[in-house]
Amino acid sequence: MGSIQLSNTVPDSDEFRALLKKEYESDLSLCYQCGKCSAGCPAAFAMENTVRQIIRMVQLGLTKEALTTYSIWVCASCETCSTRCPRHVEPAKVMEALRIEAKKAGLVADKRADLFNDLFLQSVSNHGRLHEVGLIMRYNLLSGQWFKDAMLAPSMMMQGKLKVLPESIKNKEAVAKIFKNVQKKRGGQK
Amino acid sequence: MKYGFYPGCSLHGTGIEYGMSTTVVAKKLDINLVEIPDWNCCGASSAHNTDPLLAKALPARNLALAEQYGLNDIAIPCAACYQRLKMSELAVQKEETREEISEIIEMNLKGKARARSILEVFSNDLSEERIREEVVKPLTGLKVACYYGCLLVKPPEVAIDSTEHPLMMDRIITTLGGTPVEWDYKTECCGGALSLTRVDAAVMMTAKILHYAKLAGADCIATPCPLCTSNLDMRQKAAEKALGISINLPVYYFTELMGTAFGIAPNELGLDKHFVEAKSLLQNISAPAGQ
Repeated sequence: MGSIQLSNTVPDSDEFRALLKKEYESDLSLCYQCGKCSAGCPAAFAMENTVRQIIRMVQLGLTKEALTTYSIWVCASCETCSTRCPRHVEPAKVMEALRIEAKKAGLVADKRADLFNDLFLQSVSNHGRLHEVGLIMRYNLLSGQWFKDAMLAPSMMMQGKLKVLPESIKNKEAVAKIFKNVQKKRGGQK
Repeated sequence: MKYGFYPGCSLHGTGIEYGMSTTVVAKKLDINLVEIPDWNCCGASSAHNTDPLLAKALPARNLALAEQYGLNDIAIPCAACYQRLKMSELAVQKEETREEISEIIEMNLKGKARARSILEVFSNDLSEERIREEVVKPLTGLKVACYYGCLLVKPPEVAIDSTEHPLMMDRIITTLGGTPVEWDYKTECCGGALSLTRVDAAVMMTAKILHYAKLAGADCIATPCPLCTSNLDMRQKAAEKALGISINLPVYYFTELMGTAFGIAPNELGLDKHFVEAKSLLQNISAPAGQ
């Protein structure tokens, strides 16, 4: 990533930290930057900013920088950081919150992860259950990776792991309704 | 003993052998698993990355269904499903949240259903003696790296065992006559959530775990999670390439090892549905008891 302008704070930085506290129960003012979260992070090697740095960014009011970093999409939600944090900041929850807020603000850096989540939830909303094959095929096509993992398909087919048709539950409407009701609670926004 | 059973989407697809082996092993142990009628996907891992309400509501419909059918203990093989259902269960203990979620799922939710991992059910609800009674082919000499992954033991509020040094699976393997190896990567993340979106990162994370299991002298790996297994088994070739060494470690669901020790036929357990050939190691090791 490029250089960070320390003066480039977004006006609503207090507001953003208040939102993290209220909606996601994570109080970033508790963090004293010990770095235990990042020392144990198994995905840190693939991040340009570690979770400690991202928390620092939000503390400093660099909200937009934190929301647009690719690193939040490399977090595997393993919760090692939250388990070890001596200040109960729940860094994994912060990363999750940043992903959700990035999506709301239209600032998702990793378009593939975004596409994956959309297709995943579409499948669940349509059938009540996840259709793995449908998800993988749609994801590979729409993300331009047509032949990704294609060599794994024949063995999986033989093993009976690839179900060509989606499995739907009887009361699909009930699950679709959950999606609708959540949206309604959010005032129509996703 | 009667439990609600929540197989989850993976056990109908990529984790098919986990479902097969869990079902036959539970039957042997007189554990009655009653599938929750018309269960839906728990939303892992996309719902909790999209909306916190949706993340609680999708699993909550299953909790409500379980309550309706009087199945208050829900046994869950998949580690991801377990974590999502548990998180939802804990969230709806708060009356305010329970009311909000009940409105969203349009079902009555009492907060009575308990999400339980099948590993924890086998460990806590059965005595070692009960498991030992069924062992006809002890796993003598089999060195097993018990890999727990993240979702069953982290974060602490949902953990079924110690977050850093769990032993539930190790104890079961010992009861089956096998030898769990000491190693440091028991709960290190395999990158399951990145398996499709960031294959490069997932392969590196998987490679580390496989490498250390090998260095610990294991003959195979045992897991309680379909996402871990997909990564460790399906992506093992890619991991070998990244490491530049041969690994060749079969990756079993712990239930497949239980079934093998119980004398259940390999194909009934789904041992033919692996990427790294999994049948011959167990054929060579298991000798009938008393020999």
